Amino acid sequence: MKLVTAVIQPHRLDDVKAALEAAGIRGMTVSEASGYGRQRGHTEVYRGAEYTVDLVPKVRVEVLVESEAASTVADVVVQAAQTGKIGDGKVWIVPVEDVVRVRTGEHGAGAL
Amino acid sequence: MELDSGNAAWMLTSASLVLLMTPGLALFYGGMSRAKSVLNMMMMSFGAMGVIGVVYVLWGWSMSYGTQSVAGIFNNPFESFGLAGALLDGDGNYVLNGFNYPVVIDVAFQVTFAIITTALISGAIAERVKFSAWMIFAGIWVTLAYFPMAHMVWGGGLLSGSENSLAAAIFGVTDGAANVAPLDFAGGTVVHINAGVAGLVLALIIGKRKGFGKVPMRPHNLTLTMLGAGLLWFGWFGFNAGSAFAADGVAGLAWVNTTAATAAAILGWLVVEKIRDGHATSLGAASGIVAGLVAITPAAGALNPVGSIALGIISGVACAFAVGLKYKLGFDDSLDVVGVHLVGGLVGTVLVGFLSTGGSVFFTAEGAFGFGGLDQLWIQILIAVVAVVYSGVITAIIAIAIKATLGWRVSEDVESAGIDLAEHGESAYEGISAGRIATEVK
Repeated sequence: MKLVTAVIQPHRLDDVKAALEAAGIRGMTVSEASGYGRQRGHTEVYRGAEYTVDLVPKVRVEVLVESEAASTVADVVVQAAQTGKIGDGKVWIVPVEDVVRVRTGEHGAGAL
Repeated sequence: MELDSGNAAWMLTSASLVLLMTPGLALFYGGMSRAKSVLNMMMMSFGAMGVIGVVYVLWGWSMSYGTQSVAGIFNNPFESFGLAGALLDGDGNYVLNGFNYPVVIDVAFQVTFAIITTALISGAIAERVKFSAWMIFAGIWVTLAYFPMAHMVWGGGLLSGSENSLAAAIFGVTDGAANVAPLDFAGGTVVHINAGVAGLVLALIIGKRKGFGKVPMRPHNLTLTMLGAGLLWFGWFGFNAGSAFAADGVAGLAWVNTTAATAAAILGWLVVEKIRDGHATSLGAASGIVAGLVAITPAAGALNPVGSIALGIISGVACAFAVGLKYKLGFDDSLDVVGVHLVGGLVGTVLVGFLSTGGSVFFTAEGAFGFGGLDQLWIQILIAVVAVVYSGVITAIIAIAIKATLGWRVSEDVESAGIDLAEHGESAYEGISAGRIATEVK
């Protein structure tokens, strides 16, 4: 099993969600995140005082999948999230040792 | 004299409008503070409502208005302590004032001014002051600074146009009134210069917030601030149009002038921002509203509407530049009480000497465009200077006394963690996310 984590632009979330659903993904976890990469931040001015805002809002999408599906899921996310502009985010895949469904106590692939 | 129910109805309405300004101010200030101190910021306004609502009834009215003036500076606080003897005549009827509505409505109207004026000061010392110290300051300051100023300007004292005033001493007296009377329609000196100077003095004596100028102190919720600015504008119709003390043409003129100046000040502030910073901001619009309202306050009944537009633009531009001074001069007037209320109050009070249609630099005594003399300008500058000095000295004495006894500041740890939890045992928001964190201030 693999965990696919994507940090994307917040305004791409709806498209990413729809694309994942279309690809047969039945569940995901979405959380608000903030951070920066090459994009860095921007400047805001309040009553003449300038603030450099480094951490910009992002959305983190996490999907648990069978190992063989992971790279396809990552591709689906990338396609849906891509705008081609700096700040589009990143997707990464890590191996997962075990998964347990809380309701039933099932382990492994059956819990996905 | 017969009761003028029209005037009475308008003045009750005006009093209610002005009372609403203080919760409006709480929103205006609260939105500009950080999320960890918004409740304390708002509580400074609500606390002022508590203290001054009580104090005013006990001795505030009596110190401001009455027949036993002490050297033209304040009235005997015991003349009508607790409003005793001030409201009813010997037959048990409500005493009417010169505008034929009951004096008790004047009390209602004036207490709301005392509350908002004191609450204004709190913006200069945001996020770092013990609530107890603020509450004690509010009661002492309103007694020693506000009530005397109200007496001096509006209660027939030194800065009024009465025969015992400075104006009478300078320009002479005709029929019991000074030949050239100072003009402060609704409180440029009493309210805005008074509160603005007090804010400056407190910011200097109490000192900066930890990290001022180094760590980010961005407004945490500008929607609150804009709502607050809207409520202030709405309430200000009571403040200015109510200061006609009648439901008449002067009230209508004050209403129109208030809106014209405020609208112009929004534009003035936004143009400065657009040129200087690249964007017209929502905080700029909200601030422009207040800058315009402040400046038109002393002038609302004395200008024509076009003069009010000119005054509003000047105030909007002046205040937009003035709010940057604290960074250059290094004092933490956190929410710009000095930059908006002191500067706007001075602009309004002095520009009356240029723009009054009753005889000023640009208008003759008949209201025609043309040179009408310098007398009005001199007396306007004089009342402004006296207000600055009086408020400055009194506030400094009170502030130093509190510093030496109770102490003003919360501990540095409390300031870092947020004053809301330490001072009030509450936090404004659940699970506030880090969101967009500014990491550097230029």
